[in-house]
Amino acid sequence: MIRFVQRVGQHGVQTLTSLGRATVFFARSLLWGGPGSAGFGEFIKQIHALGVRSLSIVIVAGFFVGMVLALQGYSILVSFGSEAALGTMVALTLLRELGPVLTALLFAGRAGSALTAEIGLMKATDQLSAMEMMGVDPLKRVITPRLWAGIVAMPILAALFSVVGIWGGAFVAVDMIGIDDGAYWGNMQAAVVFYDDVIKGLIKSLVFGVVVTWIAVYQGFDAVPTAEGIGKSTTQTVVLSSLAVLGLDFVLTAAMLGGL
Amino acid sequence: MITDPYVTIKGLTFYRSGRRIFDELDVSFPRGKVTAIMGPSGTGKTTLLRLIGGQLVPEHGHVIVDGTRLDGLSRAQLFELRRRKMGMLFQTGALFTDLNVFDNIAFPLRVHTNLSESMIRDLVLMKLEAVGLRGARDLQPSELSGGMARRVALARSIAMDPEMIMYDEPFTGLDPISMAMIVKLIKGLNEALGLTSLLVSHDVEESCAIADYLCILSGGKVIGFDTPDALRQHGNAEVKQFLQGDADGPVAFHYPASDYRDDILQGVTRS
Repeated sequence: MIRFVQRVGQHGVQTLTSLGRATVFFARSLLWGGPGSAGFGEFIKQIHALGVRSLSIVIVAGFFVGMVLALQGYSILVSFGSEAALGTMVALTLLRELGPVLTALLFAGRAGSALTAEIGLMKATDQLSAMEMMGVDPLKRVITPRLWAGIVAMPILAALFSVVGIWGGAFVAVDMIGIDDGAYWGNMQAAVVFYDDVIKGLIKSLVFGVVVTWIAVYQGFDAVPTAEGIGKSTTQTVVLSSLAVLGLDFVLTAAMLGGL
Repeated sequence: MITDPYVTIKGLTFYRSGRRIFDELDVSFPRGKVTAIMGPSGTGKTTLLRLIGGQLVPEHGHVIVDGTRLDGLSRAQLFELRRRKMGMLFQTGALFTDLNVFDNIAFPLRVHTNLSESMIRDLVLMKLEAVGLRGARDLQPSELSGGMARRVALARSIAMDPEMIMYDEPFTGLDPISMAMIVKLIKGLNEALGLTSLLVSHDVEESCAIADYLCILSGGKVIGFDTPDALRQHGNAEVKQFLQGDADGPVAFHYPASDYRDDILQGVTRS
């Protein structure tokens, strides 16, 4: 029994220490400037690596999710005779929930895992140590531009996901099922409120961007510098990011809707 | 014995994963000389280099580099000290895999100086010429052999003209020709630039050929520090065993165990 309590306590202390380290790491990496700090060019390069290279998966996934939403929504709404509300349903679901959440999950799988593996490999091959010995702070050179690129890219990707999803919904609803396009777009326009739906969705995606990128860069930086260690950290990035996104989604939704 | 040390270590104690690596270590490394740090595997030779570079922080004791105590420095001051005074050659070369040979060597110059591109080009080509790889400037690190990668890394570590270079196992895994090239380069750089060089290595012959001093570590302490010839002649039994590569001696061939005869007979009585 004592051993059990001891083990729980030890685990708790380890988790707290790790959280503390991650927080200090985040605070330090967030600020630009310092020995050998990266320039704007490096930030743009990372926006390309994290954002532009995630475009294809986000656009394809968004289009299909929109199409499925329209199909499912139609089969439900038609029994109430309210298929004209399909556009509203598709748009609200995407803007408020699926856009930010699914994009964050895709981002964690595509960009987050790549970030962890890249930084972990740099650590394992002594590239980060070599930077330190040259008087260049790897936090400022490697981590800061990647962290900011992730934070900036995520909301843009989520917005694109929602836009493409709404088009995908229109493709199924209007072109395939034959719902009146005036009803699809008109009802959507009337029902979607810019601040409550669009901005709140963007705030969510921004928070997810911060969390996912933070987890990814920290896992890479903290990885055990072996092949096995990097593999483990990459998996951790995807698992922790996904759980954090889903957990935070509930917290943010509750806070924004104020229903609780 | 050493009148003008570049690096001084005083009362240094360092633990890793609960295991004591150094115990009240006192040692000084002379300015402008090549000192080879040697010793059995796991004695913390590379760890010592990282402590001198400030990448690891000791539990107790001080590391003093050219009169500056590392433990009193802020993060920014430590980076500044490394930039001005230190270079390090890693065992793997540690070249940046997303940059070609030229850009790898230009990296510290571009980050730390405001030199024009044409000036940087001249400096990089000079460093590359010094290691004999001017013609390889456009290659990617993945296209280099182990020996070439290490020479490029050497060129990069002298790009900022440091006062001291630390070599972490520079001869490991090299063919005889590449090894001879690296030996020649280390000696040549030391003589031409007056660098203080610390060399961690297992290769007794190569190290003795270029080192002015040998520092033999074992069990967290220095067990011998002198010129190679003096240590060969007057070193204690453990130092001599290490330098001669004897399989048995003060460092026993057998891992501590109970008496062999008893151990064997125990099996007989049990059955």
